[in-house]
Amino acid sequence: MSLDQPNLDTSPKVSDEIRKTTCYMCACRCGINVHMKEGKVAYIEGNKDHPVNQGVLCAKGSAGIMQHNAPSRLRAPLKRVGERGSGEFEEISWEEALKMATDLLGPIREKHPEKLAFFTGRDQSQSFTGFWAQGFGTPNFAAHGGFCSVNMAAAGIYTMGGAFWEFGQPDWDRTKLFMLFGVAEDHDSNPIKMGIGKLKERGARMVGVNPIRTGYNAVADDWVGITPGTDGLFILAMVHCLMKAGKVDLDYLARFTNASVLVNEDPKSDQFGLFLRDKDGQPQVIDRNTGKLAAWNGKGVEPDLAGTHRAKGVTHRPVFHQMADRYLSDEYAPEAVAERCGIPAERIRALAADLARVAFDEAFELDRPWTDFRGKKHDKMVGRPVSFHAMRGISAHSNGFQTCRALHTLQIILGSVEVPGGMRFKPPYPKPATAHPKPHGKVTPGAALDGPHLGYTHGPEDLLLDDDGNPKRIDKAYSWENPMSAHGLMHMVISNAHAGTPYKIDTLFMYMANMSWNSSMNVGGVHKMLTDKDDDGNYVIPNIIYSDAYSSEMVAYADLVLPDTTYLERHDCISLLDRPICEADGVADAIRWPVVEPDRDVRGFQSVLCDLGARLGMPGFANEDGSQKYQDYADYITNHIRRPGVGPLAGFRKGEDGPQGGRGEVNPNQIQDYIDNGGFWIEHVPENAAFYKPFSMDYQNWAVKMGFYDAVQPYIFQLYVEPLRKFQAAAEGIGERQPPEHLRERLKLTMDPLPIWYGPLEDDQVDLDEYPVHALTQRPMAMYHSWGTQNAWLRQIHGHNPLYVPTKIWEANGFEEGDWAKVSSTHGSIVVPVAHQASLNANTVWTWNAIGKRKGTWALDEGAPEATKGFLLNHLIHELLPPKGDGLRWANSDPVTGQAAWFDLRVKIEKSDVPNEAQPAMPKIKSPVGKAPKELDWKVGK
Amino acid sequence: MTQLPPPSAKKLGLVIDLDTCVGCHACVVSCKGWNTENYGAPLSDQEAYGANPSGTFLNRVHSFEVQPDQGEAQLIHFPKSCLHCEDAPCVTVCPTGASYKRAEDGIVLVNESDCIGCGLCAWACPYGARELDAKEGVMKKCTLCVDRIYNENLPEEDRQPACVRTCPAGARHFGDLGDADSDVSKLVAERGGFDLMPEQGTKPVNKYLPPRPKDEMPEFDILAPYLEPIASDGKGFVGWLDKALSSLPGGAK
Repeated sequence: MSLDQPNLDTSPKVSDEIRKTTCYMCACRCGINVHMKEGKVAYIEGNKDHPVNQGVLCAKGSAGIMQHNAPSRLRAPLKRVGERGSGEFEEISWEEALKMATDLLGPIREKHPEKLAFFTGRDQSQSFTGFWAQGFGTPNFAAHGGFCSVNMAAAGIYTMGGAFWEFGQPDWDRTKLFMLFGVAEDHDSNPIKMGIGKLKERGARMVGVNPIRTGYNAVADDWVGITPGTDGLFILAMVHCLMKAGKVDLDYLARFTNASVLVNEDPKSDQFGLFLRDKDGQPQVIDRNTGKLAAWNGKGVEPDLAGTHRAKGVTHRPVFHQMADRYLSDEYAPEAVAERCGIPAERIRALAADLARVAFDEAFELDRPWTDFRGKKHDKMVGRPVSFHAMRGISAHSNGFQTCRALHTLQIILGSVEVPGGMRFKPPYPKPATAHPKPHGKVTPGAALDGPHLGYTHGPEDLLLDDDGNPKRIDKAYSWENPMSAHGLMHMVISNAHAGTPYKIDTLFMYMANMSWNSSMNVGGVHKMLTDKDDDGNYVIPNIIYSDAYSSEMVAYADLVLPDTTYLERHDCISLLDRPICEADGVADAIRWPVVEPDRDVRGFQSVLCDLGARLGMPGFANEDGSQKYQDYADYITNHIRRPGVGPLAGFRKGEDGPQGGRGEVNPNQIQDYIDNGGFWIEHVPENAAFYKPFSMDYQNWAVKMGFYDAVQPYIFQLYVEPLRKFQAAAEGIGERQPPEHLRERLKLTMDPLPIWYGPLEDDQVDLDEYPVHALTQRPMAMYHSWGTQNAWLRQIHGHNPLYVPTKIWEANGFEEGDWAKVSSTHGSIVVPVAHQASLNANTVWTWNAIGKRKGTWALDEGAPEATKGFLLNHLIHELLPPKGDGLRWANSDPVTGQAAWFDLRVKIEKSDVPNEAQPAMPKIKSPVGKAPKELDWKVGK
Repeated sequence: MTQLPPPSAKKLGLVIDLDTCVGCHACVVSCKGWNTENYGAPLSDQEAYGANPSGTFLNRVHSFEVQPDQGEAQLIHFPKSCLHCEDAPCVTVCPTGASYKRAEDGIVLVNESDCIGCGLCAWACPYGARELDAKEGVMKKCTLCVDRIYNENLPEEDRQPACVRTCPAGARHFGDLGDADSDVSKLVAERGGFDLMPEQGTKPVNKYLPPRPKDEMPEFDILAPYLEPIASDGKGFVGWLDKALSSLPGGAK
């Protein structure tokens, strides 16, 4: 053939228009450029100007076009016409749907607002949905944090005013040693990948601590294949090594943490374990200038880590002395923990030594003067280039709260939080527990709740208990069972509502949470609860309203389905009042806007709540004349005022000299201003305020100016969390409000004010010889949760989820490729395909979460591998621990926060015959949407 | 059969860093999206929601476990697409001239209007980098985003392959491997970039950067001085603390 090349147009037209909005293929919230052709979505790429992703985009984000076009999209409101769970629906009008909802909810609100349980799952608009629930007057509101990562969030807030992900990030540009704990592949998706790329480029080192070596852990320079549930022990062993060697940042500890605060050490005192306070209630330290007592925040005070104080016969010692007593104990020596952690003692020492080497020998300084809250001027900022990041792997255990606390303690003793090279908070964080609201639960029929639902408790007086000591909330949040349940316990709602404890409810109203499938433990049991009838033939949970964009497993269990839009068809705000998208050097928020209009009879859920709120005459949603206050969510986003000058969006507010960021009046053109700016707003933190944020007056003043809070509120890190001690003291019999007897011992153990480690609670109640294997899940980088559909492109990458089995177990069972196994826990068993993985903790099996789907859902073919070979580990996990003979059933949750202890699971595994499909196989659901196309060749422009 | 042009001075290609690739498949899907909408026929999917979904992809990530003689097993993520070989067997085998290598920059392309879908090129490619689109019946392959890299309708900074633009970890690099002074050539030189299966004699333009050695933390005895004990218990620690504090600025009170 000839060498003639065809003529090729190398400059074809790319698109008619680019519309910039925010991705919602996961919780990462990247900026996207949606290329439009002929009014249709043609191609999606990352927005280069956006602070979160700076142009890059993950597999999910690029596959958004298939989510938007998915055949599983709900098409119109649905009314159940068959039995619950059958999937028999008829399509109805919005007017009929909203009338049904109003007729159900109106009488509840007038008489017993608590009989509505409103839980909003993977909601990114909690400041709005919470406001709605508050107006309704029910105490029963939360999103999904209780079954996700509340341990991480709560431990971070109580300890240092923030944790990871939307709260904080490593200083990717300066850190030299980065340690990553228990991060599933999907979390903080693009920023972590971008950060790892930066580390690699600079030759910085990365250590992955995870039983599973995939994803981020696969590229880590060192992999620590830890035994699940022992991270806290490993961390405290490193704390032991560092303290024993004096490799701690004494100056930082003295100035910026409560290591210097004096604690009452008299066991006979009713103040035992509490801080010594002055008459203004300020915790006391010894001032090194005078040798005398002083308030922690006094002007010019130099807190002493060593000084003790004796008054009225009571000795008070600084927190740091207590830490020395505890962590220098041989109990935490590497040799003592090595076997349990599955990490040789020498390795633990080497890792601790390396942290010390990098934190102190590779310390550096930035020439940036700043002033602390005691008025002391600092010429420089001292860099400690070690940083950490962690997520569900350490938090989804029943010892997760204390483990997360232990990790923060390790960060803090190295002086590596909010310093160059360390971990940095993202505005509007950090914000200490004391700056957050307390939980509210006072119900008044026909009126709003007395305040925001969720918050931080500071002692028994803050628990939400009625006069008889019973929980006020259906999920038993803020009860003695889990006193610091800052995100509620969505995973307990169905179970409690079915059991009628603490009381019966009338209507369960949920959004965007697949509670009949991968978001619930004990899936089969949950199906029974949702469909169970009383002697009169009525459903035990009388009414269920659900909103989702797709034909998920949960849809079939609703009586009324309110179809939501896709993320490209809706308004949203990614608000500073909610889960912000800020970076350490900038405060930012963003919007979504309808880059295309829906082609179905669907409405954005938040707009539906605006309508419903007005129909119910709720404060904040109805005008005085009864008319609707906000026509839709966009109207709310623009016009709602939360505090003077502060609304859902902080950018482009109306100032005296035109649009301004931070505080300002309502700007009627705000959404268009965001659109014109690429869908987001960012303002950079001034250089001298970019570190030491909790302690820096430069930062504090800027934060007030921006409207994060209304007065400066500097604070010090709480290595010793006094509120924990107050709950512990109550369990010891101190104080008016007392826990029930059966919880005393557990509270004494778990509410320790200094981080401790105790074994996962399931281990105490399971025969570990019979169930020796740990079983975990993680989500892949290219697939997320299941709030979207089973995406046509992504399912070709992750359509199968075998159980990955380490070499030792693989060989012991004589497994071969193509084999299946029976996996059993004390609760149940599943039969599933297995695959060998060598890069795995020798005693751990795992699978991808939420790949398994139920037949009839997501518009998938019945023969789809997700429905035939796909499976959930959830069948093996119960929301309650196995009975231990005391007549009680204990929740399978962290006793501090109530976080679902997914990763405590213990199983045994044995070879099985090859079944027709994965077991248990659930009956098929009738699909409420049409058939999916067989073939796709999606090309918009021709 | 089809002839190759004389070797071009300019050799455009990719450098893929196996040390950094976390296996996220961002490049796979970005490529799918761009090339479904652009160059030639869309990349179709059969049984898109069915029992055996199977579609056309120009770039795929494979993951391999490696068990070193000593130490822990490792997992390597290995993205693979057309390597734009200098001696491209897929071109010389093509009976119609549809498969060709561009004289000016070395990009290997398929002219779909001349492709009869015989599949010989896919057989000839030792890397399995070509896929016959089941709907259109034409051979699809990586175009190195020839419709992006010179595209005057795109901002200059976006004139790079979709997979490179989207890669979150920065594991993919695009440039002229024929120019020894280009960033990509320097990267290859610095990091010991290698050819995939050089024994095939195809002279691939794309290069891979090897994973750095793993699990090579210094032995503890080297680091031991950092953990030299200053105390054996809480009491001893407090004694040390008094001394240590007095040496801090503002100390010795």
